Amino acid sequence: MADLSVRICGVEFKNPIIPASGVFGYGREYAQFYDLSRLGGIAAKGTTPKKQNGNPAPRIAETPAGILNSVGLQNPGMDAFLTEELPWLLQQDTVILANFAGASPELCAESAAKLDRTDVQMLELNISCPNVKNGGLAFGADPKTAAGMVKAVRAATKKPLVVKLSPNVTDITEIARAVEAEGADAVSLINTLLGMRIDLRSRRPILRNNTGGLSGPAVFPVAVRMVWQVANTVKIPVIGMGGVQSGKDAAELMMAGASAVQVGTAIVADPYAPLRIIDELNDWLDENGIATAAELTHTVKAW
Amino acid sequence: MTNDKYTQKLMGTVVSMTRITADAWDMVIECPEAAKKAVPGQFAHLLPEGNFSLRRPISICGIGKEAGTLRIVFEVRGEGTKALAALRSGDCVNLLAPLGHGFTLLEPERRVILIGGGIGTPPMLPLAQYYRENAVCICGSRTEKAAVLQDDFKQTGAQTILCTDDGSAGVHGLVTAPLADALSENRPDMIYACGPMPMLRAVAAMAKEQGIPCEVSLEERMGCGVGACLVCACNIYLNDGEIHAAHVCKDGPVFDAERVVW
Repeated sequence: MADLSVRICGVEFKNPIIPASGVFGYGREYAQFYDLSRLGGIAAKGTTPKKQNGNPAPRIAETPAGILNSVGLQNPGMDAFLTEELPWLLQQDTVILANFAGASPELCAESAAKLDRTDVQMLELNISCPNVKNGGLAFGADPKTAAGMVKAVRAATKKPLVVKLSPNVTDITEIARAVEAEGADAVSLINTLLGMRIDLRSRRPILRNNTGGLSGPAVFPVAVRMVWQVANTVKIPVIGMGGVQSGKDAAELMMAGASAVQVGTAIVADPYAPLRIIDELNDWLDENGIATAAELTHTVKAW
Repeated sequence: MTNDKYTQKLMGTVVSMTRITADAWDMVIECPEAAKKAVPGQFAHLLPEGNFSLRRPISICGIGKEAGTLRIVFEVRGEGTKALAALRSGDCVNLLAPLGHGFTLLEPERRVILIGGGIGTPPMLPLAQYYRENAVCICGSRTEKAAVLQDDFKQTGAQTILCTDDGSAGVHGLVTAPLADALSENRPDMIYACGPMPMLRAVAAMAKEQGIPCEVSLEERMGCGVGACLVCACNIYLNDGEIHAAHVCKDGPVFDAERVVW
């Protein structure tokens, strides 16, 4: 039995596997399947200052080795999250990352200030949603606007602040450097890659939003590359994600530079995916005589 | 496919697989835990074997409480349903079931009308078995050969009316004409419907006009099936009239027709 625990920004995780924001709601649906305390942490559904209905359906399409989605940050709003969801989540004996987004630095700072007054362990600022017009990628695609956003949020909270980055940029390391400079405690990456599918018969895009975010095994190599590049660039911890399907994938992303790993798309088809991945990671570490998961991080011997 | 201890919890065994039309397949799955809980109107979420990132939601058309089986009838529409149709008796199948909210059941002696359009017909069968001769069942199909489960419906004792687009059998035309006739003959206590959106819209409008309660089973491209990923959105009216994006998998698939934003 390997020691799976990892420490990020002073927060102790039982293991490095965390359901990613968006696929796991606020956890309740999966609590019917297993005890959520077995998870390393939970990145809660992205929450905006006010309730949002999201984009019209269809919001999902299957692609080779992945999915496209265009949910568009549907959520009940920050106040409902704080009163109806977070108290329950905090009883689940796992690390909660409160993922949040907003249409301006001021609004995000307000949400951060509200979250700062709770017992939530970490904040994950989303500046990378490809499916909303305001407050998503609008802030994450440019180092200056990303920096401005992080500066405002940083001033509003002392809690560990993770900034979730988009792969839909020319150079993700520039964005990572910019948010680190403004006081981000960690970065998480990658959010989804912007994509599109068309129904040949109707000549209509399958997604009602026309475009959506691509995730799943198809994007895994992109995630490995970007995690590696960012880990080579910044000193703050990197939380990796993007198409992780197995314990070996998790180990690979950690070798590339991740201190912990989020799992998204795999959960959509398989509710038990995070538990299976935890077991597989443990087995792989044991088989290879590696005592701790934490010692994998950023150990790739690049050519 | 992985076959770890977690996946095994979701495994059922195919009891039988029968091709019933050119495109439709009839599958019975042994899955005692799921069968114990299932009610009419719920669905099973099946993961085809192979490189598929998504499950396929298919409504339940038969619940064998004693045998511990669920029966589903589905149409092959793409690679995923093609892979499901390749399963044979004795094969394992990965399913999450039962999911979603089912139909509201009145006392079985109440009069009801069941409307099924195309591959929306199968979920009406458990209702026909429940209401029996108190149900009028109107099924719409492109053509006689594509009609599914007509013998099963007749066996329930329900009055069965088949409508075909091409007039190859039964009533030539849409389900709405026999529905209007049935409504004028004898006012039902409830109308249940599943099928294409234009059909559901028309049925809901007729029910509303006559003040008859109506429940519809909706379809949408689906992800997790349990209400977490939020992709299968459908707009409904809340009590205060506000429009809310509900989700077919968890809030449905059965909705009160009056709540749906048509």
